[in-house]
Amino acid sequence: MRNLLIFISKYNAFFLFIIFEVSALIIYIKYNSFQKATFINSTNQVTGNLYARADHLKSYLVLSEVNDSLAIENARLRNQLKTSFYVDSAAKHRVNDTIYKQQYEYVVAKVINNSVNRRSNYITINLGSNAHIEKGMGVICDAGIVGKIINVSQHFAVVQSVLHKDTRFSAMLADHKDIGSFIWGSNIDAHKGLLIDVSNSAQPKLGEKVVSSEHSLFPAGLLYGKVSNLRAKEGGSSLNMEVTLSVDFSKLQYVYVVINKLAQEQLGLEAQEKKDE
Amino acid sequence: MNRAIIVNLARFILLVFIQVFLLKNITLYNLSSPYLYILFILLLPFETPNLVLFALSFLMGLTIDAFYDTPGLHATACVLLAFVRILFISITVQKEGFDNEPEPTLSIMGFRWFFTYALILTLFHHFFLFNLEVFRFSEIRYTLVRVVLSTIFTVFLMLISGLLFFRSKERK
Repeated sequence: MRNLLIFISKYNAFFLFIIFEVSALIIYIKYNSFQKATFINSTNQVTGNLYARADHLKSYLVLSEVNDSLAIENARLRNQLKTSFYVDSAAKHRVNDTIYKQQYEYVVAKVINNSVNRRSNYITINLGSNAHIEKGMGVICDAGIVGKIINVSQHFAVVQSVLHKDTRFSAMLADHKDIGSFIWGSNIDAHKGLLIDVSNSAQPKLGEKVVSSEHSLFPAGLLYGKVSNLRAKEGGSSLNMEVTLSVDFSKLQYVYVVINKLAQEQLGLEAQEKKDE
Repeated sequence: MNRAIIVNLARFILLVFIQVFLLKNITLYNLSSPYLYILFILLLPFETPNLVLFALSFLMGLTIDAFYDTPGLHATACVLLAFVRILFISITVQKEGFDNEPEPTLSIMGFRWFFTYALILTLFHHFFLFNLEVFRFSEIRYTLVRVVLSTIFTVFLMLISGLLFFRSKERK
């Protein structure tokens, strides 16, 4: 014991150095997070390096299992993608049409199926009765009129496109308010339609806009297209003209369903009238 | 003895002030930054007990750390410096000379001895300080350049201050 004390007092500088140095280092490492983190890392640097090399070699032996698990993982992640989900919420835009005292509601829908090259073309949209879509509602897009709803399921609706042989909408010439019927007719051109049964007194001009009339299921003034040929179909007691469609149906992505709040009232009234006759 | 305490206390305060308020702002080309405060540890009297020497070094380091926001960094380097100082003095200075030469100052010990003393101790301190601060070997080249250039700067300042307080009559 005495020898130990002599030894310690002889080399007291070294022991004092150890004590103070260790306490200083403890303070340093404890209060400096960077050194703390690196200290832990650097102690593992050698062993970690070896482990990494061994793991690198080992990984070649289990490649097929890794591939399988990755494929499963991919499928699982794909299922979580936004595109694989049915969008349940419908974004609504309200337009208050003060002139005609009608309130139209616009619901955004995504086109999920579309055709343009058949005699009867239909568009399927991703909204259905859950979003209060009903049969007979109009469908438009930013460029103009698209068609009307003819079939509704819970989550989807089928739109009878303007490009349909039975399409017949009330339309008018924008400048002179001459009313006619807009049809696609026997046309198979996806960019052309016909405006027929315009009264003979009308004086249509080339390039004049053809818009929806007040009698249609659309708000008045929505664009069909522009008059491109004044003598499309001779004969009959009325004027017929060719209309270049404003909507490019082959590129439809998003459409708006027009919900006419007062349609029910109007239809009910008209049905009553019919009953009275 | 009393005089030594007062002188060292004044030196302590003065060096801390110079270090913190003046030299802390000086960094040449991001490479050379002086740490003159270690002059306090270098100039402690020869007969300072080891315990007091280590405690004062530790305290000096912690004081600087408090201003540099690096708790423990300078304290660690200063304790190492104190240890190197003990070794260096035990090798180069005869024990019996302690009574005649109370302090290892430039004016007492002469230029050659003091220069070597300051250079080696500062190198040790700076090497340890910078490496502990950087704490990785990947930047060892840059760190070594900083150590050398900072040592030159610090020793230069030490010599200037030694010459400033040069008292020729104390030289035997």
